[in-house]
Amino acid sequence: MQLQIKYFGLLAEITNCKEETFEFSKSLVSELLEDIYVKYPLLKQKDFKVAQNHEIVSNESNITNPEIALLPPFSGG
Amino acid sequence: MNRYNRHIILSEVGQEGQNKISNAKVLVVGAGGLGCPILQYLVAAGVGTVGVIDFDIVEESNLQRQTLFGTSSLGINKATAAKERLQDLNPTINIIAYQEPLTPQNAIELFKNYHIIVDGTDNFETRYIINDAAIIINKPIVYGAIYKFEGQVSVFNYNNGPSYRCLFPTPPKEDLVANCSEVGVLGVLPGIIGTMQANEVLKIILGFDGVLSGKLFCYNSKTSDTYTLKIKKSDSEFEKILARKESFQTQKFNFNCESKDVSVNDLHQFENIQLIDVRELHETPKVNLDNCIQIPLHELMSRINEISASKTNIIFCQSGIRSKTAITILEKHNITNCFSLNEGATAIIEQLKTEL
Repeated sequence: MQLQIKYFGLLAEITNCKEETFEFSKSLVSELLEDIYVKYPLLKQKDFKVAQNHEIVSNESNITNPEIALLPPFSGG
Repeated sequence: MNRYNRHIILSEVGQEGQNKISNAKVLVVGAGGLGCPILQYLVAAGVGTVGVIDFDIVEESNLQRQTLFGTSSLGINKATAAKERLQDLNPTINIIAYQEPLTPQNAIELFKNYHIIVDGTDNFETRYIINDAAIIINKPIVYGAIYKFEGQVSVFNYNNGPSYRCLFPTPPKEDLVANCSEVGVLGVLPGIIGTMQANEVLKIILGFDGVLSGKLFCYNSKTSDTYTLKIKKSDSEFEKILARKESFQTQKFNFNCESKDVSVNDLHQFENIQLIDVRELHETPKVNLDNCIQIPLHELMSRINEISASKTNIIFCQSGIRSKTAITILEKHNITNCFSLNEGATAIIEQLKTEL
């Protein structure tokens, strides 16, 4: 499946892009993260939530929708 | 009243809505990039009681985005300086300034006096204190946070809705230490996000539908992209906080990024100590020691070259609050060999007596 992944905040600084098409052939969110970490090892040290179709999903969830977003918390004010 | 005419002629607000605004009590935590626009619009709108809590002082680098302050505010506590400007903006309302940090010890008692809490802080630790205290006494939070060109807005703990912990259950491990390091921000961004927060506050007061609860609104000021994330309530996150209710106020609060607090009993561990008294010149008891200099807090920035880089600087005041502010200022100027004395001047004098 071709996923469209959005990266927010400091994650986009690591990936050097805000959005990209990502080829994914497995099924779970945890497997997607493994693939993303292979491409961007530095993301592994960051805290963020994974959203699928604008809803937070757990690592055990299945990828059923191509729209994915990785959101870190922001602290600035 | 002519002042609120443009509200009153809106059929969705009217005199009834304006009365609701006048009867509302809102606490803004942090008078920085987010806090300034939040305060400005709430005060202009006529919110009857507006509280503002901030321990920090106004620095020149704040003026690019913290628009309540001017050159004449430099060196003044932010809550105090904000109150001064806001009182001129609207003298008909009650503005209360708290010149202290928000801690687990003071949060609950403070929040009890207000209907809505607005999170305009700049660090994760205070955000979690706000979240937990607001859940314990069941107050809604209007949340905003920024990073460079991006901002997040949401309303938490509103009408049985989700909380900040339902989105991010625990503070990030790595960033807990790194969040004091200043990152750049285009001044307009906190203006936009803070104004959105003020808008959510007024929507809650007026009882509008469509309050931003259960959603995280994300905005990128560089690309103009927006993204809205749905947030589900996690009952277990609420239960965990309520289970800790009794111990909440005794939690240790690491005020600075790393512990920069010392007690008089720890002073023997340090060599080459320089004591710095940041109290005003008239304050007593005086500490007359060869290794003690007095630099009142508001003069600290202009006299920063008097702080030695080679000595261990122990900062003290009357009760350990201004000394913490001094540490924050010194760290921003890359002076890191400094510690804040938990106790005040009296404890130093008592300690000297026992040594004699």
